[in-house]
This record gives sequence, C-alpha cells and structure tokens, in this order.
Amino acid sequence: MRDCPEAAAVDGVMPLQGWEIPTLPDDAPLIPRPQPWTPVAAVFCVAIFAFLLWRFLENPVVDRAVILEYLFKDVTLRGVGVTLYLTAVSMVAGIAGAILLAIMHLSDNIVLSSLARLYISIFRGTPLLVQLIFWGYLGIFTPDISLSLPGIGTLFSVPTSDVVTPMVAAILALSLNAAAYSAEIVRSGILSVPRGQVEAARSVGMTRFQAFRRVVMPQALRVIIPPMGNEVIAMLKGTSLVSVIAGNDLMTNLQNVYSQTFQIIPLLIVASIWYLILVSLLTIPQSWLERRFGQSVARPRVRRQQSRLWNMRLRSVTPTGGRS
Amino acid sequence: MAAQPLVSVRTLTKSYGNKVVLKRINLDVAEGEVVALIGPSGSGKSTLLRCMNHLEGQDSGCVLVAGEPVGYVLKNGELHEASDKILSHQRRSIGMVFQGFNLFQHMTALENIMEGPIRVLKLPRPEVEQQARRLLNLVGLGDWADHYPLQLSGGQQQRIAIARALAMKPRVMLFDEPTSALDPELVGDVLEVMRTLAQEGMTMIVVTHEIGFAREVCDRVVFMADGEIVEQGLPGKVLLDPQHERTREFLRRLL
Repeated sequence: MRDCPEAAAVDGVMPLQGWEIPTLPDDAPLIPRPQPWTPVAAVFCVAIFAFLLWRFLENPVVDRAVILEYLFKDVTLRGVGVTLYLTAVSMVAGIAGAILLAIMHLSDNIVLSSLARLYISIFRGTPLLVQLIFWGYLGIFTPDISLSLPGIGTLFSVPTSDVVTPMVAAILALSLNAAAYSAEIVRSGILSVPRGQVEAARSVGMTRFQAFRRVVMPQALRVIIPPMGNEVIAMLKGTSLVSVIAGNDLMTNLQNVYSQTFQIIPLLIVASIWYLILVSLLTIPQSWLERRFGQSVARPRVRRQQSRLWNMRLRSVTPTGGRS
Repeated sequence: MAAQPLVSVRTLTKSYGNKVVLKRINLDVAEGEVVALIGPSGSGKSTLLRCMNHLEGQDSGCVLVAGEPVGYVLKNGELHEASDKILSHQRRSIGMVFQGFNLFQHMTALENIMEGPIRVLKLPRPEVEQQARRLLNLVGLGDWADHYPLQLSGGQQQRIAIARALAMKPRVMLFDEPTSALDPELVGDVLEVMRTLAQEGMTMIVVTHEIGFAREVCDRVVFMADGEIVEQGLPGKVLLDPQHERTREFLRRLL
C-alpha cells in the first residue's frame, strides 16, 4: 500500500495485490507522536531572548531611573487618557460610519453606492497625516462656519477655530479615515453571509432592516471582528500622528518632554511600554467577542443543558404544552 | 475474494467527552465486498466510517487497511502516531465521499477531479485530464467539465465528488450518507454510479438510509446501535428477517 499501485482501469478495478495482515495484539497501545525538538527549541529561544534583554538593560542609554520616573508621571498619564479617549471616540464613530458606508456600497441604488465608493477612494487614497493637517487647519479654508439661506439671511455663524479645536480636528480626521478602511471590512463580512439567510429572515416576516440587524450582522461579525481588531490597534497607535496639530496624546506629551531634556530613548521606551499595555488590554475584549460570535461555528461539544432547553421549547409548541 | 480482509477494524473505541460513541468495534471487510452500515442517527456509523481514514482519531483499537494501521505505524506491538506525510500517503488508497459533497468551490468539476492526481500523485497533466474526462463520462457528466460546483445540482455535485475520489485509484471507497442531502429524484443517479462501481468490483463501505440500495447492491448489511454492531449478515437476512428487536424496531420506523 505504501507504493501506490499502478492501477489499470479508471473504473476502480484494482490489481489484485497481496498484503500481509501484521500480528497485532488487541488494544495495542496508541503512542502519540513524540516531539523531541520542542524543549530544545524552547531553551534556544529563551537563551536568545535572555541575551537580548541583558544587552538592552545593561546599555547605559537605557536609563532605568528615567523610565521609572516618567512611567507614571502626570504628563504621561494625561497623555494615556487622551490617547484612549481619541481611540474610543474615533473608533465608535468610525465603525458607525463604516456600517453605513458598507450598506451604501452594497445598495442597488447607484447614487448611494457611487457615493460610498468615492468617499472610500478619497479617504483611503490620501495619507492620514495630510487629512489630520487639513482638519487641523480648516480655519485657513473657511474662517467661519455659517449657514445662510437666500431671503432669510444668516442663520448662524461661528469662527471655525472655536468649533474645530485640535481635539475635534483629530477626532474628525481619525474617524473619517477609519470609516473608509473599516467599511471594506464590514462589507466583506456582510458578503460572507449566504443569501439564503436573508431570504429565510424575510420569510419569517422580518423587514429588511430587521433581517440585517438580527440575522445578517450577527453572522457577519464573526468575519469582521479579527480585522476590526487590527483597525482598533492601528487607530490606537495612529493617534500619535495628532502631534502635528498639537493634540496632547501620549506620544505628543513625551515628545515635548524629550525635546527639552534630550532623554529620547528612555522616553520612547516609556511610550512603547504604554502602547504595548494598551494594545494587550485591547486583545482581551477582542477574544471575548470572537468567542461570543464564533459560538455557532465552534467545534461541537456535548452540551446537556441545551438539549433539556430544547425539549422544553418543543413541549411549549406542541398543542398540549405551553397553553395552560 | 482475498483471504485477508482489506479493511479490518480492531476493537475500535471512541468517545466524545464521557459519551462513548464506538464500543470496541470489530469488523472485517474483504476486497471487492460492498458493505452497508445502517442504524439510527447517533449510533456511531458515521464516526466509524470517519475513523477508517483517520478523519477522527480513536481512543483505542485501530483500523487496518491492506494491513497498515491507518494513522499509525506499528513498532514492537505498539502503534505510534504517524507523521502527516505517512497519513497522507495512507489516505491515497482510501476514497471518501461526504454527505455534503465538499467539492472545492473555487475549482471547476474537471479541476476538482484533477487536483489529487496532479498535486498528490504528481502524474502528468495530459494523462490526468484524459482520465478525469473518462471519469466524468463514467458518472454521466461529460458535458459539465467546466462548471463550478455551485452551478450544479446536488446529485451532479455528488457524482463529481465520487469521480474525484475515484481519480486517486483507491483500494476502498467510503461513502458517508452520500444521498441524504439530495432531492429524491436525484438520488437515483448517484446510486446508479455506486451500483456500477460495485459491479466493477470496488470495495465499498456505505453508510446509508437507502434500504433498497443496501438490499440490491450490498453483499452484507451491518446494523449498528449505540456504538455497537447489533447484527450483520446477508441483506436478505438482516433486512427481511432481523433477529434483534432493535433492528426490527429500526426497520419498522424506516419502512
């Protein structure tokens, strides 16, 4: 059997070839495959990492005193707060925009889908840095934001610099940009749900919105969550770009400090430590969400409770049960 | 019929969690024999079939195909888990047909059939294509070579799936409820192909609910319930004059 028999016919007529049935004790022990190189590889990796860590720590440029001093300093913590706030607000707005854009993109209405495509191509096609600067210096383009109607006159007018503060500009730039990227993620998720699901949802009388909200989106989320996790992480780190319009996030604050004290490396390490912590924390809700929305396709496990629940439901829909 | 069994299941035991689905199953299938595995759902017949090509691992016992323990290498009376390479090699001679067809959705019917011989057996493309077209004709789908699976009916897909398995020139074909997902009027075409195969002398193990097929085509019927073989024998015997109450009960519900 090891060397493949050169069978003559297509139709499955086998050449009669002998084979030996080995003498095999009943219930011969099953031995799992040994993995002799695993411990070796582990030791090797640990050694390399230990060496790198040692080289790093004994380096005089890495001033541990400075790192520890700034790790929990007020200026750092305020920066962390701003970074988290920017990320959260921009991401929520971005995802909302992304869902809207994805629905528009998939719509049969040519105006809606063209609009979505145009938006995505512009906001994905220009650098985030340029967009940030644009929103930050919006005042140059329009000194006032006003609404005037012919015959009625000016309804309101405010100086742009009062409304679009650096913070607002940062949120605008980040969320509009994130919406464009995430829209494609949401769209791929929606496309991954088979058509029959919508048809079934519509057949039980759901409206288009209900079908989308209750049937399509929960299934799409399974596909959406992993790349969306990437987006959130990219956003968290992307907030460091707002330094160009004087937002005072983590990176900007520390940049301001080291531009005066010249402790560049230690402060960059402080920033890295915080970003690493924040990103690690973000993966916790992500894996929770993945499990939550991946349940239906997870490998089946024997679940007693479910069947009991099922029996109860069955009983309640049979004519005798559930009435009294 | 060869004196040695081509497929030999030895004290095969398997459980999911603490639910035992196969209880020390023993079963020998001779070369050229066509065996139907029947039984109520949850009886373990599909699991047994999936153990035969090691899609499912077992807790103890083993399956010998042409004398080789599938998924294992025998050394000094112990069965050592085989490498992926060896397992892949063993599976070449074991064809599998699934309930849900599992055709490669991104390949045409012809490409589905050619994939194995080209990538796994490393046969030259012209020869493989010629053989694949012959197989397509054999399953009655010569004109559908360039269609993608989703453009075909379930019955057509299943016949392509059979052709795909046959292209590897297997020694034994395993069928896991091949007609259960099909419309009644499409079942006949698939069974017809399987009947032809049986007449050609292919060794086949078929998990099925098609009692008619089991009676007319199969050499032996094996009835399973609760992870055990309750009774087995000639189709005429087991299906028409069952000895065990469980078999009688099952057949009464089915007919």
